[in-house]
Amino acid sequence: MSVFMLLALVAVFSVAGYILCRQRALKGAAATGQKLHSLPNYYGWYGFVMASVPALLVLAVWLIAQPLVIERQLSGFFPPEMIEDDAARTLLFDDVRRVAAGLDVAVAQGALTEDQAANIRTEFGSIRDRLATVGVALGAEVTPPVLQAAQDYREMSHIGALGRSILTVLLSLGGLALAIRVTKPAFRARNRVEQVVLALLILSSTIAILTTVGIVLSMLSESLRFFTMYPAADFFFNLTWSPNFRGNSELGLLPLLWGTLYISFVSMLVAVPIGLFAAIYLAEYASPRFRAIVKPLIEVIAGIPTVVFGLFALVTVGPFLRDYFAEPLGLGNSGSSVMTAGIVIGILNIPFISSLADDIINAVPQSMRDGSLGLGATKSETVRKVVLPAALPGIMGAVLMAASRAIGETMIVTMGAGAAAKLDLNPFEAMTTITVKIVSQLTGDTEFNSPETLVAFALGMSLFVITLGLNILALMIVRKYREQYE
Amino acid sequence: MDDMRLVERTVEQLQSKIEAKGVQVYYGEKHALKDVDVAILDRTVTAFIGPSGCGKSTFLRCLNRMNDTVASARVMGSIRIDGEDIYDARVDPVQLRAKVGMVFQKPNPFPKSIYENVAYGPKIHGLAANKAELDSIVEASLRKAALWNEVKDRLDATGTGLSGGQQQRLCIARAIATSPEVLLMDEPCSALDPIATAQVEELIDELRSQFSVVIVTHSMQQAARVSQKTAFFHLGSLVEYGETGQIFTNPKDPRTEAYITGRIG
Repeated sequence: MSVFMLLALVAVFSVAGYILCRQRALKGAAATGQKLHSLPNYYGWYGFVMASVPALLVLAVWLIAQPLVIERQLSGFFPPEMIEDDAARTLLFDDVRRVAAGLDVAVAQGALTEDQAANIRTEFGSIRDRLATVGVALGAEVTPPVLQAAQDYREMSHIGALGRSILTVLLSLGGLALAIRVTKPAFRARNRVEQVVLALLILSSTIAILTTVGIVLSMLSESLRFFTMYPAADFFFNLTWSPNFRGNSELGLLPLLWGTLYISFVSMLVAVPIGLFAAIYLAEYASPRFRAIVKPLIEVIAGIPTVVFGLFALVTVGPFLRDYFAEPLGLGNSGSSVMTAGIVIGILNIPFISSLADDIINAVPQSMRDGSLGLGATKSETVRKVVLPAALPGIMGAVLMAASRAIGETMIVTMGAGAAAKLDLNPFEAMTTITVKIVSQLTGDTEFNSPETLVAFALGMSLFVITLGLNILALMIVRKYREQYE
Repeated sequence: MDDMRLVERTVEQLQSKIEAKGVQVYYGEKHALKDVDVAILDRTVTAFIGPSGCGKSTFLRCLNRMNDTVASARVMGSIRIDGEDIYDARVDPVQLRAKVGMVFQKPNPFPKSIYENVAYGPKIHGLAANKAELDSIVEASLRKAALWNEVKDRLDATGTGLSGGQQQRLCIARAIATSPEVLLMDEPCSALDPIATAQVEELIDELRSQFSVVIVTHSMQQAARVSQKTAFFHLGSLVEYGETGQIFTNPKDPRTEAYITGRIG
């Protein structure tokens, strides 16, 4: 039975659970004259949940576990040296799965009987050719161990699928029966449903955290592999970045880190004052009509894809800065530069800062402003001496979040800042960032087994640590000062 | 509470500080204040009483042009302080507010230190030439607000950390630090407990020696305890204005009597 069928069946049982439990509760109440503890729908939902949730949970676990178990079983077919390497192992099992799937297709189309598919041997002719007749293309000839593994894989999959179906259906029916059994007028269905809702909320909140943990762990393991191939001290302190896929690369983080921080700094120089002033104008001075028009317009900028900003940097800002600033000042003749990328990222971040800061300034109680105005302060004195200090922690948080966005920005830098890893102070010089180099080290046909590719993970990890640190700092600042004006 | 005090009340001052004639206020289409004429005396506590939404706070906010900060508000008529029309184009509302201080319903100290809260006004208006002068203004204001003894050892502590009653006295100190001539109080005790209320009321009585105080209050006992003159507002109109003792013991208008005896509200 396919997974889709199973889901449909569970859905049917669940709906049945809803209807049956609801009816039973109503009947029970009518028969005994007792008042229902909860509204009838709660009994229905309890039946629904009992019929669906345990079955679906087990189904999900089974779907994840089955391939892992089978793969472990099949490892016996291959000599240990073939599956020693993780990459080789992955490729091999991909082959096995592809052949198994091919056999399934062949059986389904009638090119092979079920029996033939289970017993066919490479000695009787090319499997590749036979599968090709039913439209399954294989990259290479099938070797005997792979074929045998594929056949076993099919067999075990079938057994697994059967077990999965039986278990899921049984659990669903069992849950349904249990729910019907406990449904009595005095049963506290409402409280049970409340618990289910709580569990759902907890699950949702942990998924985000677990994903982050997963990302960190995968990056960490790849980074550690990189550091076994390339000395960590060289990575962190070498001043040169010159990857070379033929060997003896110099993979120093510092030029990239410098480029990243320099560009982010320039972008913050653009974004913070403009964004903040825009927010102050919108929150404190603008008429409601003007605000209603301008605020969404500013926020439209946030919706523009960054690659479009990259084009803007490439064809407009870059040449403009080169022709009117860099060349007349004798600071070089590069269209891609720190300034180009920094200014465009800054523009990208303006709505982010202005929108957040606007909300924060609006959250400062009106009584603060009244107090200051009532003492004879002007509007700008009030903003400068009362409103901004009260809003400062929140604004700091917004600025730091914008900074971590600037640090993580990739597309604009790729198109606006160039690709040369350099340690230079000249802002009109092309430079590059960590993100750009991660992309360039991983694009193209690569295998994850040389330091030149694995360095991407170490770079990613460094970036992650920097932005995480900034975000934590932002959160700490916000939390520490949040209650100040309450 | 001891309402007996009101019989001792006499108005010593006869010179008026604020004179309002034909004041009308609109909030958008809403006619919030209708044709109010009132003369507020110097060095006197004047109480505005009346049910919610009767226009008493609106009128108070006209006296220092705080209504200017409300975009939809329009004020007509004339209000003169010491004979000068405060709605005249030559009058700077910012300067006016330094002369007419205001204390709000909810204590609203700035999230700064106690010292900085009081020094805020004098710093903005350049009232102190140096640090020593500023120190003495802060101390004098806190003393006048009967708060000095409680906070003199922790002037650097944040103003929001004080108790509600202390916060309100801090706001009063902040208002008198700019040496205003009139002090407007918009229900200054409504967020305070009875003990803090008593302290603030005592303070208001003392402030009478230097300022003309106008207080809006929902509590008739409070009006009776602290004021010499009382104005009763109802539905945007000034119904009756007179000496506090007379308003509370012998009201002329039936509506005033109905309100004081609790029949309208």
